[in-house]
Amino acid sequence: MDTALFIVFAVIALLCGINLVVQTHPISSALSLIGVMGALAVLYLLLGAEFLAAAQMIVYAGAIMVLFVFVIMLLNAGAERVTPTRQLVKVMGVPLMAVFLGIVAFIIQGLLPRSELVWFGGFQGGGPREVGIALFTRYLLPFEVTSVLILIAIIGAIVLAQREID
Amino acid sequence: MDLTYIVVTLVKLAILFGVLMTTLAYLQWIERKVIAHIQLRPGPYRVGWHGLLQPLADVIKLITKEGMIPSHVHKVVYILAPFLAVTLALVSICVIPFGPQISFSVAGRQISTWLQMTDLRIGAIFVLAVSAVGVYGVALAGWSSNNKYSLLGGLRSSAQMISYELPMALALVCPLLLANTLSFRDIVLWQGGFYFGFIPHWNVFQVFPLQIIAFILFLIASFAETNRIPFDLPEAENELVAGFHTEYSSMNFASFFMAEYCNMVTVTCVSTLLFLGGWLPPFPAPWSDYVAPAVFLLAGLVSMWAALNPARPKDKYTFPVVALASFGLVALFLAGEFAFPIINQIAMPLFWFCAKTGGLLFVWIWVRGTLPRFRYDQLMRFAWTFMFPVGVVVMLATGAVVALLPR
Repeated sequence: MDTALFIVFAVIALLCGINLVVQTHPISSALSLIGVMGALAVLYLLLGAEFLAAAQMIVYAGAIMVLFVFVIMLLNAGAERVTPTRQLVKVMGVPLMAVFLGIVAFIIQGLLPRSELVWFGGFQGGGPREVGIALFTRYLLPFEVTSVLILIAIIGAIVLAQREID
Repeated sequence: MDLTYIVVTLVKLAILFGVLMTTLAYLQWIERKVIAHIQLRPGPYRVGWHGLLQPLADVIKLITKEGMIPSHVHKVVYILAPFLAVTLALVSICVIPFGPQISFSVAGRQISTWLQMTDLRIGAIFVLAVSAVGVYGVALAGWSSNNKYSLLGGLRSSAQMISYELPMALALVCPLLLANTLSFRDIVLWQGGFYFGFIPHWNVFQVFPLQIIAFILFLIASFAETNRIPFDLPEAENELVAGFHTEYSSMNFASFFMAEYCNMVTVTCVSTLLFLGGWLPPFPAPWSDYVAPAVFLLAGLVSMWAALNPARPKDKYTFPVVALASFGLVALFLAGEFAFPIINQIAMPLFWFCAKTGGLLFVWIWVRGTLPRFRYDQLMRFAWTFMFPVGVVVMLATGAVVALLPR
């Protein structure tokens, strides 16, 4: 059951990811990205990280992607023109890409330690309470540093936009 | 996962779906009636008694109409958008608990189940997540229609929903902090009991002024989240024709309305659960069982009086039916009290839940009948310069109270 669900949603995530690159229209790409995020949220759920899944939906699919779609709609971005590629690139590109990805996957698998198979319900520490405790005790410093980083980014955006308006 | 569990779940699903769909159809009728009476007109009156069959007529009309797809629309997204809107609106109802655990025996088998589809550990933020994604239905419908009015509606909707999601989440955090859980079931159970024997232990009455402010913030933000007046900028009919659903017809058009009403039902249910104690009665135990029959007895007596002194010739025939229905409910509740405890076990919590949710839904319609629409800059300024700071302050104060006071 778990394996079947994992395969279904992993395939959905992969297909949406491929569609994201293949599509020429920005809205279609954005929708595919939402599909990837939704499928990833389900994968998190399967691992038992329910809070992470909900946060993924609220923050990424809900807030960030809505802003993406908003900007695309506001600028009324049309479909991008595909520049004609050479025949050689078309023929050689896909197999070379597959080989490259295969090598990378092989190396990563070799580097990482052998891991056990996880199953649904095997991990119970993914609730909001556990995440909160981990975030505010063990990972307090990285958490605060990240928030300062985001603050810097926000202030930077305001400064840049302000210069533009002036 | 035995057979009993599957059967019970399917039965609950069927009942919930049927009741929800009927509620959605009749909410439209109630809304038209209430607004009509606010504006001193009778409202729908022709189809059935007092227009009671109007929703059925509307549904038949909408189903049998031709579903047109205009040229120059982005076809895939255009068809996907209403589907997305209605699905996401219906999903979150499955974590709403309508009543406590009930146990009964069928065919010699003891069955014990909650009046809820499923209880998630992350119930409250699940609803938040679904409503966060729910904006895509409206935004994509506006964009794919290839119509400037629709596009403006979609743009307004996405900006508005992102803005009002923040105060909504901040207000929602307060009861969660107090109850120390995210599961709706535990939040309601935590609100049981009474202060001084008569003030219910509901979240809205806790930490005195703070939770009332949080409740009001939550209500205002949910008006905006459901795209209702005074925040119905996405479909402002005197500026944008019909806003994001201008180009839609037949059932596609109806699904946006279904989604809107379903969102209304969901947010009223959630506010009932978070702030008003869910299915718990507002009176201490010995009286609360008699409130429901008393209310229906009163309704029946008023209807009898109206039938005996008819203001319109039709009243002689319509009001006795209402009176009979009310007396039937009284009999049902009294039978539950004295003869069949199983009826009371189910009917009492449902009565209180429906009363609270229905009261809030009435407020929704009442506001639509009385308030004008915001201007867009007012709407944004209100969200960011008033609602958001107040929400932050209320959340911090609640957190401080929870942290400092001994529990």
